[in-house]
Amino acid sequence: MKRWIAFWNIFLKDFRAYYLKPPNISWGLIFPFAWTGMFFIKSGGTADVLHMVPGVISLSILFGTTSLLSVTITFEKKGKSFDRLLLAPIPLELLMLAKTSGAILFGVVNAFVPVLMAVFLTDLSQVAWSAVIPAIVLIAASSTFLGLFVAVSVSEVFEAQTFSNFFRFPMVFLCGLFFPIERLPLFLKPLSYLFPLTYGADILHGAFHGNHLMAFSIDFAALSFFCGVLFLISLRNIGKRWVL
Amino acid sequence: MNALSIQGLAKRFGEVQAVSDVSVEVTEGELFGFLGPNGAGKTTTINMLTGLARPDAGTIRIAGIDCTGNPKAAQHLTGVVPDESNLYPELTGFQNLSFCAALYGLRKKERENRARELLDTFNLADAGDRKFAGYSKGMKRKLTIAAGIIHRPKILFLDEPTTGIDVASARQIRQLIAHLNRSGTTIFLTTHYIEEAERLCGRIAFIVKGRIVRIDTVADLVQPIQDKHVMQIAVSNGGPKLQYKLTVAFPHMTFQCLNLGLIRVESDKPIHAGPLVRFLEDLGVEVNEARRMRPSLEDVFVQITGIEADALKKEKEKGGGKP
Repeated sequence: MKRWIAFWNIFLKDFRAYYLKPPNISWGLIFPFAWTGMFFIKSGGTADVLHMVPGVISLSILFGTTSLLSVTITFEKKGKSFDRLLLAPIPLELLMLAKTSGAILFGVVNAFVPVLMAVFLTDLSQVAWSAVIPAIVLIAASSTFLGLFVAVSVSEVFEAQTFSNFFRFPMVFLCGLFFPIERLPLFLKPLSYLFPLTYGADILHGAFHGNHLMAFSIDFAALSFFCGVLFLISLRNIGKRWVL
Repeated sequence: MNALSIQGLAKRFGEVQAVSDVSVEVTEGELFGFLGPNGAGKTTTINMLTGLARPDAGTIRIAGIDCTGNPKAAQHLTGVVPDESNLYPELTGFQNLSFCAALYGLRKKERENRARELLDTFNLADAGDRKFAGYSKGMKRKLTIAAGIIHRPKILFLDEPTTGIDVASARQIRQLIAHLNRSGTTIFLTTHYIEEAERLCGRIAFIVKGRIVRIDTVADLVQPIQDKHVMQIAVSNGGPKLQYKLTVAFPHMTFQCLNLGLIRVESDKPIHAGPLVRFLEDLGVEVNEARRMRPSLEDVFVQITGIEADALKKEKEKGGGKP
């Protein structure tokens, strides 16, 4: 019970101190608007909203979670307040789950901004929500754990952003959101399958307009696998780099 | 029972052997001082004891629990006040304390009551609703200590608690440390302020270059030099070879020329200022002051470690907050 009191309070503290700050809230709202607008303008106003929403959801989650988590953890580590958490009698796994839960929730909330916008632009009655909701949670979790991996690998806040982009931009262009994977050059195709977002985007495409490459079971399994691997690697790196 | 038992602790960072074969036993209720200059290995030792660093060798037992491979095993019993205040700048003093209490599983009502109680104890009640970022250095230090004891730890690790803060705050913090110890908390205090260690601690370990060179009670450390007579003479224009000339003229005394025109005189027999002052004035040296000194722990430290008191004083000046 004591551990869960600690878990809940770390989650609450982070959410209040970082995620509920006006700049983050506005960023979480403006970002999906900007992406939607960009796609509309690019298509000359003829874009199919159902084809567009999966991409906007994925990008909103990816950029929201990775940016915030990697920056907040690097910031706390640099200010040594993270050491205070390491000194508390909480297992490292639970501590890091508490630290990442806020970012996962932030990613999920971000994801529903484009969904809400889509409600007013098109008919969403055919969307398979039973696939969309767990997919959003898993995309948010895998992106958050990617942010954690980045945070543990750097020591300065600016390095966190630079290193995040090293993963984010190739992922955005190769995950099937902008260019269908089947139309990618042969040598790039295998690379697409190394990114968690590829599987998340595939589920969302399938759930919104039925056009997907892999079975949902494979997509979910791959996303879960990425979550587990990224989380475990990050824990190992924390043990190696932060407990000297 | 021993509150803390360390055997053969060692830690290396690359080419630097930060801590070597450190063995210490701290009994329950003791206020134990870990004294050494900057870079002696004090913080590295505390980090190993609290789980922020892994020892390369040695064993650590806290309240009988073997924590060598599993530092989490005894973290509920320990409180840590690091050398830098590391609370959350965006939270208020009250929120910081409540949050730290939650990390140890205290329930809402209990942690709020405890936070208020500590804000009162540390004279921070009026600043409880202000953000930590806006606190002065002394206030930050006090709140960091309050956060370290929010869960009523059995053993408190205090790393340089008065470094870099004003005299009044340092004095208040020392009173709080003494009060905490009187109320039963075992305290492991690292400091490079010799007077602070002498005033607060029952036993002291001197650590130099990662090795413990002596552990004893303050009384036993000071005993061998209690019978020594020490005088400090302040001069304006010392000139070269002054130490040599004094040693030749007064062979039963030892002389040490410190910086800022200070000459330290030691002897087993009583020192009379008159002959010394006359001798110096005959040499054309202007004597400003001659003062008898009580032999202190600082003299013991210098004698045992070979580190000049001057070097430690410079560290103090850098840090501020003279004890």
